[in-house]
Parts: sequence; structure tokens; C-alpha cells
Amino acid sequence: MPVHEEFARARKHELFTNKRFMSLSSKSSDLKRRMQEALRGGGDKAIQKQKATGKLTARERIIALLDAKSFHEYDLFVEHAGRDFEMSDKYLPGDGVITGTGTINNYPVCIFAQDFTVAGGSLGYMHAKKITKIMDHAMKLKIPLIGINDSGGARIQEGVNSLAGYGEIFFRNTQASGVIPQISVILGPCAGGAVYSPALTDFVFVVDKISKMFITGPEVIKTVLGEEISMEELGGARVQAETTGNVHFFAESEMECFEQIKKLMSYIPWNNQKKAEPFPKKPPRVRQYSLEKVFPTNPRQPYDVKDVIRGICDDSDFLEVQDLFAQNIVIGFGRMNGYTVGFVANQPLVLAGVLDVDSSDKAARFIRYCDAFNIPLVTLVDLPGYLPGVDQEHAGVIRHGAKVLYAYSEATVPKITVITRKAYGGGYIAMCSSHLRADFVFAWPTAEIAVMGPEGAANIIFRKEIVEAENPDEMRKAKIKEYKEKFANPFVAAAYGYVDAVISPEETRDMVIHALAISADKKVDVPLKKHGIPPF
Amino acid sequence: MPTSDNSKSLNLKDIKPSEENTETNGTEVFQTLVIEDIKYKTRLTKKFLNRKVYQPADPKKVLSFIPGTIKKIYTAKGKKVKAGDKLIDLEAMKMVNTIFAEENQSIAEIYVKEGDMVPKNQLLILFK
Repeated sequence: MPVHEEFARARKHELFTNKRFMSLSSKSSDLKRRMQEALRGGGDKAIQKQKATGKLTARERIIALLDAKSFHEYDLFVEHAGRDFEMSDKYLPGDGVITGTGTINNYPVCIFAQDFTVAGGSLGYMHAKKITKIMDHAMKLKIPLIGINDSGGARIQEGVNSLAGYGEIFFRNTQASGVIPQISVILGPCAGGAVYSPALTDFVFVVDKISKMFITGPEVIKTVLGEEISMEELGGARVQAETTGNVHFFAESEMECFEQIKKLMSYIPWNNQKKAEPFPKKPPRVRQYSLEKVFPTNPRQPYDVKDVIRGICDDSDFLEVQDLFAQNIVIGFGRMNGYTVGFVANQPLVLAGVLDVDSSDKAARFIRYCDAFNIPLVTLVDLPGYLPGVDQEHAGVIRHGAKVLYAYSEATVPKITVITRKAYGGGYIAMCSSHLRADFVFAWPTAEIAVMGPEGAANIIFRKEIVEAENPDEMRKAKIKEYKEKFANPFVAAAYGYVDAVISPEETRDMVIHALAISADKKVDVPLKKHGIPPF
Repeated sequence: MPTSDNSKSLNLKDIKPSEENTETNGTEVFQTLVIEDIKYKTRLTKKFLNRKVYQPADPKKVLSFIPGTIKKIYTAKGKKVKAGDKLIDLEAMKMVNTIFAEENQSIAEIYVKEGDMVPKNQLLILFK
């Protein structure tokens, strides 16, 4: 007889034969028995199947992620509420989700983990109730919420009640957005409604070969459209990390993923009323990341801007976010003098560091995250502008590019900008210029702040001279040179006060640390409004 | 395929990678991206290289605007149709969508038959 049937029968039996006055010790042993039954999850067979695919069980995952012995579980005895399709005879331990509280780096968190061994981690009414209950706790206590998702989606047998469950979760995700950190970990195939809750949270973590996310799976696509595609190609971890940008951190194994989460948690504050905990200050490892070595002055030569970030942040320790998606912009966390800052930097190594649809989305969301959680922004500027092309225009680069303008303008945290080389045209304005209320704009002597690059500008401004010249090529070269000397430098902008200081690269760290220190208590009055209408 | 310096328009050709322009910096071979007449040495991403090249709409072609199943074909090769005539029923997402002729035309070729499953943007009918 299957475990659940045996258990259901025993329970029914108990109801009628319950001895009403058991001794304390037998009550306790009864509790122990019930707990053991519930802790078995989907049973040995299902657990074996879970492990065979390289996955930990839900409870093991929580224990691996949280500080040792800190996990305390609630709602272990919750039972499912399915009444139709012979569900009432079924016993689903904990209704397929484990919820509780614990600590990470000694700070409290609320956590839930869906248990794939129990009915495929499918979400029914009580399953959702357990999740929303722990979400409500997180909001009351103003502590982070971590969700480990491993669920096939809605429990079909529970019909509209499982949809209601999802709706309740989505609503709470939205209410909690920007109040407490919300972190989603995808550790299994998550389909349909199961992926929308993660999409509403701040950071999504995936593990190669284990995580899969999609709205409609390969089966549906095949029957409806006749297109064949594997789960991995459709919504595997790598696709989500590289192509869609739906996720923020990619790991090779579950344990690496948990280390990434712990590292991220060390950079962010526990709620939007707090600041991130400062760390002991440490100088960057300048020998490895000397700016002299990593930074070419020729504006057409590429370099890895991450090396420049490492050259100025504490201990050269930079935690990149979305490192595989839209690599033409780099976002992530580092510390300056012990305090967390969010770095946003154009990456000349990839697509010359242009802003395009994807990189604008990526940067804008990160800027809004930092603003919501009191994390100052340090922006490193070196870009030729927005990416030209029909595909970009038709993909709505206007609307997407505007997100960067909106996000920077809206942000009231301290904003420090360092222009290292090119800052041309709309790109210059977008990358946290003083016009969008950067608190301090510094420029290196190599900076070129101009309406466009010298070649393009000379071709337009001196078109007549070039066309009419005896030797147009030479004339063009001469005019480009002339324009370069006059405008391709930081001093024109500095003359108008758009740049607060032209500094030598070695001074950057000190200048930025000082600027951050004096703007630590920055207060900005924003016009009274319910909320703005950002170009989503 | 280096672009000429005086090209004002920034079409897709301008920002294709070119082997003549690749250069070595240490061990890495960089490609070239041209923006506003400046050639930048950089890496090009998979997504960028696979971007869709724009093709203007052709009034002689009827394409499937959504993936689905051909339920019914109202016309045949060589027949003349008037503006407003029914051409094809395309069932998709549990809805039957009827495709109508926009102008008076004659059918040069029909590329599908009833019951076919078609992806998006597949050529269904070609007019003369």
C-alpha cells in the first residue's frame, strides 16, 4: 500500500479511536511520528529520482544555503485543499513546499523551497498559502525573502484555486518590491505561472542544466506550432542568462549558486530603510590592476572595463550582475572605503560599449534597484553612443534607451560619474551626466565629451569644404584633426561647469571616496506624485 | 569590406564585421564596429551577429502573421480574386483567422494545403 494511503487510513482511524488522554511522552512520540512522516517528502523513490538528476532535495537546499543550524521550519503539517479528482485521499507532505526562517551571514531571512518530490512541486491552494504567509512575515519583519523554485506550475486538479494562489503571490511580490530584497532561485523546470513570481523579484539565480524557465513548454509549442525544441534550448539556464536577460546569476552547480547568493547578500541592505553593512576597508590590488596597464588612451582600442573597476574598488573585489547578458554594459556591486556601491560601466570590449535595447534595460533596472535600496551609484563612461540599425529602431531602442535617462534622473542616491574616454551625443547625457543630476562628474584627461565623434562631426560640419577641396581625403583628415583638437577633450565641458573636475586617473579612487563620503546624507525633494510612468 | 569615410548613412552594411579589419591585440582578435564613421575594435556578440536583417513588406506575398494550421483555402492557383474576397482560414491559438485579399489580383501560386501547420512569416500565397 502506498505511503500516503496508509497514512490517510491511519489518520482516519485515529480520528475515531483517539484516546483523549495520552501521556505527555506518548503525545511527544506521536508528534515525532507525524513529523517523520512529513519530513519524508515525496518518499524514497521520488527523492532518489531528484538526486539522480544532480539536484538536492528542497530541505537540503535550505540547509546548504542558510547559516548552520539556523533554519526553523513552519507549517509542516499543512495539508492540501484539493477535493476533486480523488485528491482528498492523497497525502502531500507539507503540500509540496517548505517554509521557514533562518539566517544568512548572521542576518535573518524568510525562505521557502518548493519540493519537487511532492506532486512535482505543483502549486495548489494551501501550497500558495504557505508561501504568502512567509512573504507576509518577511514584509512585517522587513527582512529579505528567498524563494527556491522547483515546480511544474499550477496543480491542475485544484483548478482556479491554484490560479488564485499565484495571483496572491504576484501581488505580494509587487508590494514587497523595493521594500525588502526578494531573491529567486530556479532549481528545476519552472513553467507557466511558476516563472512570473521570480520575474517580479530583484535577483534570479539559475544553475546550468538544472534550471529551466518558460511560459509555454516544448510540448505545447510542438502541438500548437509544430516547432520542435528541447527544454534546454528553449529556456535553459544558459539561454536565460545569455539571451533573454531574465536571470542575473548563472552557476555551474547548486553549491556554487548558494555561494553567489551569500556573496550578494553581503552587499545589500536588509530593507529599504537601511544601508548595506559596511565592511573593513581595503585598498585595491593596484599592482594587478594598475590603470596604466589596463587602460589604452586611443579611443578606438578596446579594454576590459571590469579591470578599471577592480583598479579602484576595495580589494579589487567586484561582484558582477548579469555578466553573460548584454555584455556591452557592466553592472555590479563593489565597495569603496568599506561601503557598498553599484557600478555601471560601458564595456568597450563588447560592441564598443554602445547602449542598445538590451544594455539599456539591464542598466536601467540595476540603477532603480540601487536607488530603491540606498546604494550609491558610480558610473564609468566610455561609449560611442546608441547602436545604429534597423533591428534596434524596430525593437524600440527609443523606449528602451529612455529607461536609462529615466532611471538616472529619478535616482536620488549619491551619483558619481567618471568619464574616462568617449562620451558622445545622447550616450553622454544618458550615462549620468550632470544634467541628469549627477552629484559629481569627474573626467580623465583622455575624456572626449562632444556631440559626436570627430570623424562624423567633421564630415557634417565641413561637408562643403571637403567636397569642394582639391583633395577631399586630405581636407577631411585635416578637418577631423582640427575638430579633435578643439572638441575631443574634457575642457570644453569643464569650461561650462558640466564637469566638476578634470582629474588624473590615479586620483579617481580618492576623489570618488571623498565624493561618496560627503554625499552620504544626501536628501532630495521629489515632486509629490503617486509614481512616475517610466518607459517600460 | 571597409566602409568609405564619407558615408553618411549608417546602414547595416557599415557595421558588419570584416576580416580585413580584424587586428590582434595580445592574443585576442578583435572585430570592427563602425559607428558615426569611426571604426572601433571590439567583440561582436552572438545576438548582434544573428540580428534580423530588415526586409520590406512585399505586396505580392501573403505571409502567415501567426503560426497555426491552414483550415480552409478558398481559392486556387490561376484564379482571380477581388479585394475583400476570402483567401485562407488560418487557425491559431484556438481562433480561426480569415485572411482576405486587399486588392484585385490573380493567384500565381499557393504554397500550402489544407491541414498544413505553418510557422510565422511562411509564404502562403504569391500573387502575379
